[in-house]
Amino acid sequence: MAAEKRYDAVIIGGGHNGLVTAAYLARAGKRVLVLERRHLVGGSAVTEEIVPGFKFSALSYVVSLLRPEIIRDLELPRHGLELLPLESTMTPMPNGDYLVRWADHDLTRRELYRHSPRDAEAYDDFGKLMFHLAFAMKSILGIVPPNPTSLNPKDLLSLLKLGKHYLGLPAEQFYALCKLMTMSAADFLDEWFETEPLKATMSASGVIGTFLGVRSPGTAYVLLHHYMGEIDGVFRAWGFARGGTGAVSESIAAAAREFGVEVRTEATVAQVLAKNNRAVGVALDDGEEIHARVVVSGVDPKLTFLKMVDPQHLPTDFLHAIRRFKIRGSSGKVNLALGELPNFTCLPGVGPHLRGAISISPSLEYMERAYDDAKYGNFSRRPYMDIIIPSMIDPGMAPPGKHVMSIFVQWAPFELNGGWNDEQREAFGNAVVDTLAEFAPNLKNAIIHRHVVTPWDMQEEYGLTQGNIFHGELSLHQLFFMRPVHRWADYRTPLKHLYQCGSGTHPGGGITGASGRLAALNILKDW
Amino acid sequence: MLRGTPFHERTAPLCQAQNWRRWAGYLAASSYELTHDREYYAIRSAAALIDVSPLYKYVIRGSDAVRFLNRVLTRDVAGCDMHQVMYGPWCNEAGKVIDDGTLQRLGEESFRLTSAEPNLRWLCDNAFGLRVTIEDDSDTTAALALQGPTSREILNNVSDADLDSLKYFRLAFARAGNIPVTITRTGYTGDLGYEIWADAQQAIRLWDILMDGGRSYGITPSGIYALDVARVEAGLLLIGVDYIPANRALIEARKSSPFELGLGWAVRLEKGFVGQEALLEEWQRGPAWQFKGLELDWNSLEKVYAEFGLPPELPMIAWRTSVPVYAGAAQVGYATSGCWSPTLKKYIALAHLRSAHAERGTSVEMEVTVEHRRKKAAARVVDLPFFDPERKRS
Ligand SMILES: Cc1cc2nc3c(=O)[nH]c(=O)nc-3n(C[C@H](O)[C@H](O)[C@H](O)COP(=O)(O)OP(=O)(O)OC[C@H]3O[C@@H](n4cnc5c(N)ncnc54)[C@H](O)[C@@H]3O)c2cc1C
Repeated sequence: MAAEKRYDAVIIGGGHNGLVTAAYLARAGKRVLVLERRHLVGGSAVTEEIVPGFKFSALSYVVSLLRPEIIRDLELPRHGLELLPLESTMTPMPNGDYLVRWADHDLTRRELYRHSPRDAEAYDDFGKLMFHLAFAMKSILGIVPPNPTSLNPKDLLSLLKLGKHYLGLPAEQFYALCKLMTMSAADFLDEWFETEPLKATMSASGVIGTFLGVRSPGTAYVLLHHYMGEIDGVFRAWGFARGGTGAVSESIAAAAREFGVEVRTEATVAQVLAKNNRAVGVALDDGEEIHARVVVSGVDPKLTFLKMVDPQHLPTDFLHAIRRFKIRGSSGKVNLALGELPNFTCLPGVGPHLRGAISISPSLEYMERAYDDAKYGNFSRRPYMDIIIPSMIDPGMAPPGKHVMSIFVQWAPFELNGGWNDEQREAFGNAVVDTLAEFAPNLKNAIIHRHVVTPWDMQEEYGLTQGNIFHGELSLHQLFFMRPVHRWADYRTPLKHLYQCGSGTHPGGGITGASGRLAALNILKDW
Repeated sequence: MLRGTPFHERTAPLCQAQNWRRWAGYLAASSYELTHDREYYAIRSAAALIDVSPLYKYVIRGSDAVRFLNRVLTRDVAGCDMHQVMYGPWCNEAGKVIDDGTLQRLGEESFRLTSAEPNLRWLCDNAFGLRVTIEDDSDTTAALALQGPTSREILNNVSDADLDSLKYFRLAFARAGNIPVTITRTGYTGDLGYEIWADAQQAIRLWDILMDGGRSYGITPSGIYALDVARVEAGLLLIGVDYIPANRALIEARKSSPFELGLGWAVRLEKGFVGQEALLEEWQRGPAWQFKGLELDWNSLEKVYAEFGLPPELPMIAWRTSVPVYAGAAQVGYATSGCWSPTLKKYIALAHLRSAHAERGTSVEMEVTVEHRRKKAAARVVDLPFFDPERKRS
């Protein structure tokens, strides 16, 4: 039994959000303990050297929405965070052509012009509109969602402010926002563009982490998120953390430790302890009990409330809502160690296109078909893939002359026909590599090691219920004051002194730290 | 047509952006790529190859070399070890800085001095009566800076020098391929890095050897835009921008002493050198100005821009103008260089501040122009450098 140490707060899960909460609480003078099940912190934001010399950003791989106020408050650059730009996006096409969006405006315009002179101009107008909308929406990323049915003056005031904000938008922007909220990504983009690989590639950001296709209504809204990262001028588009995404978590952990946070790895929480309807601590799977004034859960809402809390402490309607919370996993990840760079038929050789993202999304139809497979319980035979080659951006990720490739794949349903097993994992890995090899034929021979992560693996190894990458789908009905469930979107829970701080809360998934920070601010308010 | 450096045959075709600028009468690339981001990040995360040949270079030899240099430089050259490199300024009799540069001790009685402006006449005048020769080998010596975390591995690969044992501000003689080079562990980026000095005749081959050997380590030819951001982060002075050389200043107010430029640490007062008396006096009374860092307050910056419905617009290319700094209504200084630091995620500037307002932590305001209006954003005085990674020295 550990020495009777009293903590002010114990955090379940050392994901980046849990670490952010811990750091903010400790910064306010609280004694904080973080309990992490795995041997390293970071959760979905980890770097793992699965083959010696090759560092994989095992799950998440790019950073864009990490909140600038967190970077500043926790002084993350001083703790080792370095973000490198990922400047281009290439979409190879089946006819041997390609579409690349470069960092340089003129290059991109000329390239788009090659496909459609109209789109080349529409692209700038679209960018400007999205910039305005993202600027308007940005404010909600930084606030605790108000409860719209509450008569509490604070909630009302907050709602009023928001309402005014949106009604104050110029008409063109207001209607565009309404369209974004209701249309599918594909329909919305169809209104603007005619170039298939452009539309398909842009549409992908509307469906990542959801069990929806690009033609499903409501997916347009998430397109906006892509533009938000640019506004603070802190990041340009998508960035790559030097050392892999684990470096983000490591820097937050370093800041947390400096504030006095204690981090214990290989410590699995089995249960939230409660007394008199208040959380009083946690019990680990080996029976050890750790007491604290507040308990903060950084794991997803299903895991928290359906596995760790005794149902007698929770209201029935709340439990019901949690059970209905949509958390269907739909993504997979394939990490490759490569002996040589992929040689794309459409743009042969080593060039700047290998330093950016490579998107296998030749057309909207391709995207929708990939989703169709998943709808009926199969992984996409020809999936959508978002690929980066980290070693091209940070040479430290692989031995000299060798490379690592990160492939994010959709769709791979958690509920696979026949269930996931080793054979299915291999078959899934083959579908990914075979599809990619159609565009880069040397790929298969270049592979030194293949690391395939299915939604099942994400649940079993990384603790993500149903392998959902965002602790719950980022669909409109699960956002803002409805995340994870209505009335409990302010990080508090029906069990007093138990809070949530993970991606299952507003503003949701991604390496943003926003949930973790807002949770901490509310916890401190209640203190 | 301006002159190309000895590397021009290689750098010219690489310069996609065609944005050449002048540097000491040579052509220098502002950036090679259309945007300079990647060239900057190469400095901080891989290796940047920067053509620094336009630097002035003087080789000083003779039995009085130490005496001579000790008389010119403010640093204690007598204490400069064999194969050590020293950075420092030199002054006129009034103790005002003429130039700054690095001094390499190549041998018992031989040194190489680099400078940003031509200094041959000043050096010769001060050598009067001493047993030294001063040779201007600016045009005959080519120089490359290889800066960034993978620079050591690259040089270990392409040269026979043992870079693992080469300490910060030391030099080694080596061969890269078959080319005799001097490698100094120096640079203008505040990062792990080296400068490589070779006969200009061998320049092209040297470039090829480095580029080939560096390919697997992310070597990236980088231009002045990238270098400028890095040197601001490193808090390093740029002559003609952050200070005006005393012999070029039209009025007294434009001249600066080493103390006023944050170079007090490089002044060894008791040893006897040009400007010592004036500097001693200044030291006793305390300098009127100090050269410090400013970190702009993000919330304040955001507020200033929000007045116009804009997010902050940040200088990705370092600016080089004089910008007023205030404490309340009074102007207490001026910033001379500034940029958004991509590594620190901060808007930073180098500023001359009246000593009363120069203490670390002091709150001041810097002028920012938003939508044609002059506004003020809050800033905090900090010590230099802004960025100082362990790898620089380790
Ligand atoms: C494959 C994949 C790709 C992604 N790509 C991106 C991307 O490119 N960019 C981006 O911004 N976002 C991406 N995301 C999303 C992003 O990574 C997550 O939203 C974010 O990292 C979640 O952080 P978190 O702290 O909320 O939760 P998590 O990172 O899930 O942290 C929860 C922690 O709790 C621990 N835990 C679980 N059970 C227990 C227990 N019983 N006891 C103790 N500890 C426990 C887990 O091990 C984990 O460390 C991706 C996610 C995945 C899965």
